[in-house]
Amino acid sequence: MSRPTPLRDVHESLGATLTDFAGWLMPLRYGSESAEHRAVREAAGLFDLSHMGEIFLTGPQAGEALDYALVGHLSALAPGRARYTMIVDERGGVLDDLIVYRLGDDEYMVVANASNYEKVGTELTNRAKAYDVVVEDRSEQYALIAVQGPRAQEILATLTDADLDGLKYYAGLPGLVDGRQALIARTGYTGEDGFELFVANQDAVPLWHALVAAGEPYGLKPAGLSSRDTLRLEAGMPLYGNELSARLTPFDAGLGRVVKFDKPGDFVGRAALEAVKDDRPRRRLVGLVARGRRVPRHGYPVTKDGVVVGEVTSGAPSQTLGKPIAMAYVDTGAESGLAVDIRGSQEPMDLVELPFYRRNK
Amino acid sequence: MSNIPDDLSYTKEHEWVRGVEDSVTVTIGITAFAAESLGDVVFVQLPDVGSNVESGDSVGEVESTKSVSEIYTPVGGEVVEVNQAVVDDPSLANSDPYGDGWMFRVRVEGDPGDLLTPEEYAAFTSDGS
Repeated sequence: MSRPTPLRDVHESLGATLTDFAGWLMPLRYGSESAEHRAVREAAGLFDLSHMGEIFLTGPQAGEALDYALVGHLSALAPGRARYTMIVDERGGVLDDLIVYRLGDDEYMVVANASNYEKVGTELTNRAKAYDVVVEDRSEQYALIAVQGPRAQEILATLTDADLDGLKYYAGLPGLVDGRQALIARTGYTGEDGFELFVANQDAVPLWHALVAAGEPYGLKPAGLSSRDTLRLEAGMPLYGNELSARLTPFDAGLGRVVKFDKPGDFVGRAALEAVKDDRPRRRLVGLVARGRRVPRHGYPVTKDGVVVGEVTSGAPSQTLGKPIAMAYVDTGAESGLAVDIRGSQEPMDLVELPFYRRNK
Repeated sequence: MSNIPDDLSYTKEHEWVRGVEDSVTVTIGITAFAAESLGDVVFVQLPDVGSNVESGDSVGEVESTKSVSEIYTPVGGEVVEVNQAVVDDPSLANSDPYGDGWMFRVRVEGDPGDLLTPEEYAAFTSDGS
């Protein structure tokens, strides 16, 4: 039985197609997912992301505990700022990708994927034992609503006096939105400018309605997980379970830059990652653009001259490019003459560097 | 509740068939229920005109943003026409599944086989299938 978010009734009243995602009952789409995708690229989209996990670390050694538990250098993060980082196991395998917000000198919030946050909470608790810090999973108490798209700031500005102009990308500040206490973060997973609003569960429904009313004149549409997936794919952003897994290190995924070897002290996975950091990975994560109209999908083999040289991790028709696109791990050196085996038919693909889409700033 | 016209026959694979009672040539498409379940249809592959198909054969594909499903022909015979318009603009399968979004026509040979009435199809889809 899937868990509902605080916004379930709202989704149902909007006629959403609901789907189980990582144990949560989530809106897949409200109407046409293509229209939702376009709304985010051209105006704004409103997302319920309450399935994400929020784990708080509070105490004088919160930063040191995270430096040990994660691959990033979180004690060096300024209060009010956020970082994309990862938690790995002793072998360097990725357990989850995370965004960590430093809320104050002694307080951090770790945002983990729905499929992983219980595991992440357990790992953080275990890894923080030697430190003067309290780890608390508050995922059940928080809703997360995202406003994403070029009009997001104008829309949010009608509901808050917070200094949105001063809020940089990957920063977060507490503020009132429509009179409700929220953590306002300038983060997202769509490739557009936008905000993520962390609020108490009981504030989710009124805040959603306020954002819909404020956003309507700007073309805002409620948007489901289907469009979120195609938006992040165009933006070349990895999805845990597709591009990332415990079988891969951050270096395998081309994201070695998140590993901060120069931070003080040991961290879980350091030795394993030190050993592989200069290796040339056998495969690398690339973009594929289909020449035809059939869509490469997760798990399909990438071939060259009939030989398997890789595997598709995510694929979808791209609204923005007007062609099917995919992310895939492909053997280093295999650059041209590629195809994807789509149910027995070798469909030609062009290799491109990621991302497929970058917004005009 | 999806639209289920009462003058058509249906299959458990969510196709509709027009003309079973009174015509040698039948028209086949996917139901509104199928189109809504798939989401935005982005690619349609249909059988070759002139090909001979048997009831139950997989003869094509309908692909949406999130998934792909096969098109099965509920009747056997010769494919006499395919809808190039839905190949060129797959969104017709969503916007007009029983009209401009039709898929292909077959000149039926033999018994059309077990098809569902509109009432039976309505009951089938409301079972959560």
